[in-house]
Amino acid sequence: MTTKLRNFIILAGLSVIALVAVSLLIYVGVIDEYTAQILTLAGVNVIVALSLNLITGFTGQLALGHAGFMAIGAYAAAICVMHFHLPLFASLILGAFVTAIFGFFIGFPTLKLSGDYLAIVTLGFGEIIRVIMVNLKDLTGGAAGLKGIPSFTKDLTLQPTLSFTWVIAAMILVIVVMHNLLHSSVGRAIISIREDEIAANSMGINVFYYKMLSFTLSAFIAGLGGGLYATFFGYLNPTMFNFLKSCDFVIIVVLGGMGSITGTVISGFVLTYLQEFLRIMQDYRLVIYPFILLLIMLFRPQGLMGSHEFRLTSVFGPRAKRTAGGKEGV
Amino acid sequence: MLEVKNLNVFYGNIHALFDVSFKVEDGEIITLIGANGSGKTTTLHSISGIVPLKSGNVVYDDADITGIEPHKIVLGGLVQVPEGRRIFANLTVQENLEMGAYTRTDASEIKRDYDVVFTNFPRLKERRKQQGGTLSGGEQQMLAIGRALMSRPKLLLLDEPSMGLAPVLVDEIFEIIQQINKNGVTILLVEQNAYKALSIADRAYILETGRITMTGNAADLKNNESVKKAYLGG
Repeated sequence: MTTKLRNFIILAGLSVIALVAVSLLIYVGVIDEYTAQILTLAGVNVIVALSLNLITGFTGQLALGHAGFMAIGAYAAAICVMHFHLPLFASLILGAFVTAIFGFFIGFPTLKLSGDYLAIVTLGFGEIIRVIMVNLKDLTGGAAGLKGIPSFTKDLTLQPTLSFTWVIAAMILVIVVMHNLLHSSVGRAIISIREDEIAANSMGINVFYYKMLSFTLSAFIAGLGGGLYATFFGYLNPTMFNFLKSCDFVIIVVLGGMGSITGTVISGFVLTYLQEFLRIMQDYRLVIYPFILLLIMLFRPQGLMGSHEFRLTSVFGPRAKRTAGGKEGV
Repeated sequence: MLEVKNLNVFYGNIHALFDVSFKVEDGEIITLIGANGSGKTTTLHSISGIVPLKSGNVVYDDADITGIEPHKIVLGGLVQVPEGRRIFANLTVQENLEMGAYTRTDASEIKRDYDVVFTNFPRLKERRKQQGGTLSGGEQQMLAIGRALMSRPKLLLLDEPSMGLAPVLVDEIFEIIQQINKNGVTILLVEQNAYKALSIADRAYILETGRITMTGNAADLKNNESVKKAYLGG
């Protein structure tokens, strides 16, 4: 118990120090603005991919419409700030809540069933949301998009630094919440559903309840990611949240390892950077991308990390017990 | 302890159980035997709430539990060991047992029950840190039974515990089932291995295409000519 707490404090400290250090490097210009933007975008992608991993990797329910949840969070937060003049942080939280409500109502009829129904319904849902965003012209600006979403600060020189700091801070918070949730009794119930629904049921686990919990929380986190995306980008357009965007998150999760938080973090950063790197050959991106996936599926079908976690405790010092908390800062 | 009255179950248009009724008294070992597709698993599933009933009642401990959700039924001490073992392959043996105690909050009692399970199944103790999926078939069956015991069942529903096991292991599993029964757990056993099942059971019911066609003392049925012919190989 005490080593667990000690490890947690050390990790929390390290993450904060790393975050402040990188923020400072961006501020003084050692890390240029372009790289800072990629890192921030990676942070957003990791948040949404983590939310997808919660429902798909840990709970075992395939969802294919997380760009839709992201869109709801993004538009809801932006509209709260721009139309209702709410404070930015309140809007971000509100956007996440609105997304969670959508998640709840989609999960309710579909999670009673087992199998691929959730995948089909979320796939359709993602597209429906996109079409609604195009047609709700008064609120969303329609196909032209929503411009001039306020950032974390009005000071242009501070913007890249602060966006990075807030997005990565949110990412770390999401990691901590997910890690703690998954190591609680709720987490064990969720994982047992992935392992075997019938067995979980005969152990007295309310399968539907935990699926709903996981899916609603997943939508909440995806909505938060969307809101951060909106403030960081300053511009929203329905085509940003098409089916390919949902696929991007599935790819990050599968590549990192279904059921691995650190795997998602690593693959989120690597793939986001790769996307920018491959921008020179834009049209070939969709050739190279699946090709990388294919190679991974052939040589490492369980993803980079499988369902394991990268632990500092296993890198430094003797191998700690399985229960010892370990996360990757940044 | 358990009374099933006139169960009728449909899968789509297919009538799977026809007015199935039987009784399990406190402390008994009751077996349901029958060929493939005769409705044995369906009967267990309808008792534990996994399969919805068209009509009929399930009365457990003097309470009507018809239509109650499966996870709530477990709370009352009616626990099913599902067919094909269905252990959590990626969790360790220890974690599998932990999942069995999921509904319980009494930490010290749970700890004592680990010891009970480990004395019943010394093999599981040796392999405590190993992933469930790496165990042999017999060990997995032991783990499935051990996991069910962790929820402190009063009535244990066992679905084909001998499935896919070597004869030596089948003997071992059946001995363990008898042992569990002696410790005060009532057992409803569904088996294809009619000979073994009839050897340890008090009473038996024979299912044929969704209907109960015969019932009686296990020992009598074992010597019954038609049962011999149909299930015991002459």
